[in-house]
Amino acid sequence: MAFLDLSHLEKSFGAMRVVKDFNLGIDKGEFVSFLGPSGCGKTTVLRMVAGFETPDSGAITVDGKAITGLKPNQRSIGMVFQAYALFPNLTVAENVGFGLKVAGVPKAEAASRVAEMLALIGLPDLGARYPFQLSGGQQQRVALARALAPRPQVLLLDEPLSALDAKIRVSLRTEIREIQQRLGITTIFVTHDQEEALSISDRIVVMNGGIAEQTGRPLEIYNRPRTRFVANFVGTLSMLEGRLQDPATGRVSLAEGEVTLGRAIERPAGAAVTLALRPEALHLGRAQGDIVLPARVAEVHFLGSVIRIRVEAGGTSLSLDTFNRPDTPPPPLGAATEVSIAAADVIVLDDA
Amino acid sequence: MTRLWSWGALLIGIAFFLMPLYGMTEFSLKMRRGEYSFDAYATVLADPRFQATFGYSVMMAVLTILCGVLLVVPTAFWVRLKLPGLRPWVEFITLLPLVIPSIVVVFGYIRLYNTSSWLPLTGSVTGTNMLLMFGYTVLALPYMYRAVDTGLRTIDVATLTEAAQSLGAGWVTILARVILPNVLGAVLSGAFLTFAIVIGEFTMAALLDRPAFGPYMQLLGANRAYEPAALAVIAFAITWACMGLIQLVTRFSKHNRVAR
Repeated sequence: MAFLDLSHLEKSFGAMRVVKDFNLGIDKGEFVSFLGPSGCGKTTVLRMVAGFETPDSGAITVDGKAITGLKPNQRSIGMVFQAYALFPNLTVAENVGFGLKVAGVPKAEAASRVAEMLALIGLPDLGARYPFQLSGGQQQRVALARALAPRPQVLLLDEPLSALDAKIRVSLRTEIREIQQRLGITTIFVTHDQEEALSISDRIVVMNGGIAEQTGRPLEIYNRPRTRFVANFVGTLSMLEGRLQDPATGRVSLAEGEVTLGRAIERPAGAAVTLALRPEALHLGRAQGDIVLPARVAEVHFLGSVIRIRVEAGGTSLSLDTFNRPDTPPPPLGAATEVSIAAADVIVLDDA
Repeated sequence: MTRLWSWGALLIGIAFFLMPLYGMTEFSLKMRRGEYSFDAYATVLADPRFQATFGYSVMMAVLTILCGVLLVVPTAFWVRLKLPGLRPWVEFITLLPLVIPSIVVVFGYIRLYNTSSWLPLTGSVTGTNMLLMFGYTVLALPYMYRAVDTGLRTIDVATLTEAAQSLGAGWVTILARVILPNVLGAVLSGAFLTFAIVIGEFTMAALLDRPAFGPYMQLLGANRAYEPAALAVIAFAITWACMGLIQLVTRFSKHNRVAR
């Protein structure tokens, strides 16, 4: 059994079923992200682990012990909130030491633990400050130290970076991951930002409509999305609708012509299939690739290091990314061109 | 031109309030014929009944404030956290003391808690004192509840509570260590208003026959000439000191000095 085990969790608010038969096992020391749009149930699952919501049915166990019936303050769980939620009347050191004081840890021991935590988050000298004297990023680091100080079994992070500036968000997420790995603490991270989830997680659970659509390592989620929702939500994707001609060789007929993937598709011949393509899998010109489609340049967006081009191939619009090269300008709008795709990069969605 | 009018209105307003005050203060200084003196004040302050009744009322005020804080802070917290739908009702109930005259309230008390009732509070001095304290708590409820509720609005009650819970805190710890300190400014302003009300209250104390400051002021006013004026000035000074303290407290609470 996994260290943190969620089995058959169900939760409804009124007539709304927010979480539907949610199952997940998280190993000790693992960093798992719940990724999904707002209202997908990710925060509700997190709050059930924390004890702020009671599941209608299902069980939560930590290290083999059922905690489903325990109150939040009886669970050994640290939580970091989007709104920081530092106690405004306490100094940074008092905030970090709050959980220790509640637990009755002797003063000297608590003080050294607080100092250790402040050093861990890189703010060793700010213990005497009040929360309002700190920047958002500093406040959130203090909140992390406060959650970690009582040595919880599980750390829950509820969109901790959403309220921060773009730059701080990136540096702080790296820092959170480093601290998590150093302490080896089992962590659930809730976010709607796919880049955040992809960059720091051991595993990602993509959620939609109260269901875990796909669970997997970041590379799997990105490169092999199983459902249309996952494909759309994580990264940009172009889709080609077609009909399977030959399941053994993966020959599919599309409006733009026929393509052969060179690998088996486990679907009956004649079934409708959806092929999905990442922008970086498409290349302008005939250069590299097994599949070549005639296309017309419809939009060019210069994003700095990357140029995102939208081309029309047949009736379908495809996104493709190229790196900016000062000596090769992007193609002009309306230019007729060809795009090529390596068969191995084509994703076949399960729920076509 | 408009400037002139507004200044004129302001001056008339100030005169309207200050002239009676001036007249009263001036009169209170005239006890000795032909010259100004503090004789009336000296008489009042030296009167053992002044000291006794004032001391009694201060003690009642402190107890009322304690009772009010213990009643209102958890209630307002709980309503905000768990029963937001009940807020209009609770607000309505806390406003009732402004609508129901205190004489009605105190008659109700006397009927309910007299010596032949199931809970004969008026049968003993302590019981009557308690009854008076509860009566004062009710009178101060509109101010106390409003102040605390406004204070709670300035903090994120739900998230702070959850943060404290996840750190292992129970309800008492949350209230004492997280909620109360963060609404302390509001609680204190409610407390000073309570103090001002209790110090000057007449009806309840008189009908329950307690030796409070209000009945003493009335007694003095009915029997003496200069002393009541001096007493009124003292009462004004106390009330204004309370108002000033509210300002000071809200300005100097440490963690609230947020740059605006």
